[in-house]
Amino acid sequence: MSSSTASRWGLRTLGLGYLALLLLAPLVLIFFKTFEDGISPPLDAITSPDGLHALKLTLIMVAIAVPINTIFGIGCALLLVRHKWKGNGVIDAVINLPFAISPIVIGLSLFLLYGTDGWFGPALADLGFEVLFSVPGMVLASIFVSLPFVVRETVPVLQEIGTDQEQAASTLGANAWQTFWRITLPAIRWGVAYGVVLTTARVLGEFGAVTIVSGSINGKTQTLPLFVEKQFANFQLPGAYGASLVLALLALTTLLAMNLLKRKEA
Amino acid sequence: MGITVEGANKRFGDFQALKDVSISVPDGSLTALLGPSGSGKSTLLRAIAGLEDLDSGRVMINNEDATTKPAQKRGVGFVFQHYAAFKHMTVFENVGFGLKIRKWKKPEISDRVHELLRLVQLDGLAGRFPSQLSGGQRQRMALARALAVQPQVLLLDEPFGALDAKVRKDLRTWLRHLHEEMHVTTIFVTHDQEEAMDVAEQLVVMNNGQVEQSGSADDLYENPANEFVMSFVGEVNRLGDSFVRPHDMEVVLDADERTEEGMVQRIVALGFEIRVEFVLADGTEIWAQLTRPELQRLELEEGQIAYLRPAQAKSFNGSSPSETIGASTPHGSPDEGDAEKPAAV
Repeated sequence: MSSSTASRWGLRTLGLGYLALLLLAPLVLIFFKTFEDGISPPLDAITSPDGLHALKLTLIMVAIAVPINTIFGIGCALLLVRHKWKGNGVIDAVINLPFAISPIVIGLSLFLLYGTDGWFGPALADLGFEVLFSVPGMVLASIFVSLPFVVRETVPVLQEIGTDQEQAASTLGANAWQTFWRITLPAIRWGVAYGVVLTTARVLGEFGAVTIVSGSINGKTQTLPLFVEKQFANFQLPGAYGASLVLALLALTTLLAMNLLKRKEA
Repeated sequence: MGITVEGANKRFGDFQALKDVSISVPDGSLTALLGPSGSGKSTLLRAIAGLEDLDSGRVMINNEDATTKPAQKRGVGFVFQHYAAFKHMTVFENVGFGLKIRKWKKPEISDRVHELLRLVQLDGLAGRFPSQLSGGQRQRMALARALAVQPQVLLLDEPFGALDAKVRKDLRTWLRHLHEEMHVTTIFVTHDQEEAMDVAEQLVVMNNGQVEQSGSADDLYENPANEFVMSFVGEVNRLGDSFVRPHDMEVVLDADERTEEGMVQRIVALGFEIRVEFVLADGTEIWAQLTRPELQRLELEEGQIAYLRPAQAKSFNGSSPSETIGASTPHGSPDEGDAEKPAAV
C-alpha cells in the first residue's frame, strides 16, 4: 500500500467517523430510545389529541410558508439577477438577515410589532385579527426564518443559465409570462427544488421564533418541535422521542422525494 | 422594404456602443455586419431584433416602424453565437416552440417541424436533446427554430463563431444556399472578413460604434474609404503614408528610382501562394504575396537583398483616399462619402 493510498483511507475514515459521531449517532440513538419500551408509548403520545394537533399544525405551516417563500424567492432571485439596479446590494444583504439573526430575536421582534403594545398589534386587534399566540403569527415567523433558502439556491442557477434562452424565446414570439413558464422555470427547477426542500426542513423544525410568538399552547398553537420540547420538559420522554422521530422522517421524506424526482428525470 | 436603421445611438454606461448609425438593407438580401469586437455590430443587430433598446434613432422593418415594438412582435428570427438551445426540450420541441406559442395545431406543428428538420439536415434527430448534438448540429437546429415562424428577417449573431474551422466553412456555404432558396432578408454579424466576403452580397464595415463603409466585397476591397477599411478588409502593408496590398507588391532583382531595397527575412509556402517577408533598410517589415512560379523565377532565398515596388498604393489624408498608381491604371472613385477622385501622382 503506497503512502498516498494510506493517507486517502485515513482521510476517509476521519471524514466518515466525524459525520457518524456528530450526525448519525444522535439520530440512531433517538430511534432506539423511542422504541426502548416497545412501540406503544411513543405511538400513544403521538396519536394523543395534542400530538395529532401538533402534527397537523406543523403540516399547515409547511403548506402555507413554503409556497409563499417559493414564489417570493423566485421573484426575488429574478429581480436580483435579471434587473440590475442600485438597490440590489441592499436587497441582497437584507435577504441574508434571517440567516444572520438568531431565530429567538426574530420571534421577539415579531412580538414587538404585533403585540398589544406593538406597531401593528392594536390596529389589527381592532379589526378582529389576532396575530400573536395564533397561527398567523406562527406562519409569519416561519416565513421569516426560512426566507433566504429559495433565493440563495435560485440566484446562482439563474446566473448560470444566462439570458440567451429567454431572449431566443422572446424573438420566437413568447411574451414575458410564457418565457418564464416555458423557459426560465424549467431551466432553474432543480435550484428551486433544492431551495424548497431546505425551506420545508427549516419550517418543519423551526423552534426559536415560533416559541415566542405562539405561546406554545397545548392543542392550539403547538407545532411538533414545540410539542417535543413540552414533552421533554415534563419528563414524558417516549412522547418527545416519538415526535422527534416523526419530524426527522418528514424531513427525510422531502429530501428523498426530490432525489426520486431528479432520478426519474435523468 | 428590407431593414433600415436611422441615426441609432446606444450607450452602455461610459461606453458609446453606437454613434449615429444608419444602414439600409435591401429586401431579400444577405448582408454582413463586419467589424472587430467592440465595434457595435452585435449591438446594432440586437437593436434591430428588439433585444436592445436604442437611446435614439429608428428601426424600420419592411416599411414599418419597429423602434418601440418588443422583440416578440417584430417577426425576426434570431440566431445566437452560442445557439441558445432550450436545453430541457428535444430538437423537435425546440424547433416547434415558436409555433406552439402561436397556438398551431399539433399535426401542423409536426409537419412544419419535420419539413424544417429536413431542410437543415437534422431529420432523424428530432427526439434528441441539444446536449446530444454537435456544435454544428445545434446551430442548424437553432436556425430551423428561427425559420419555423417564417420571420420577415433573419438575424444571425456570429452564428459560426463557436464552431471549428471545417464546420464553419461547410455551414457558411450551406447558409448561402439556404438564402438562395428562401430569400428572406438576412443580416449576419461576423468579425471574420473572409467569412463576410464569402457569404454576403453586401458588407457593412463597423468600427468604434460607427459605420466606416458599406458596399459589395469588391467595392470595399478595391475602393476602401479609409485606412481602417483597407486594413480590415484584406491584408495590407504600410509604407510611410501609403498602404499597399501584399499582392500589389512587386518584387524585382534590379533597383530603379521607384524601388525600395529590402532583405528577405522569411519565405512561407502556403500552397500556390507564397508569403515573402522583407525587412527594409529603416526596419519596416513588409510582406509580398507571390505565386509559386513567380518565386521560382526570382529564385529568392532567405537573407537575400531584393527590390520592392508597389504596383498600386493608397494613402488616406483625413478621410479622403488618394491613389498612387504604379503600373496599373486608376479605378473608379470610392462610392461612399465625399471622397475625392483618385489622383495619380
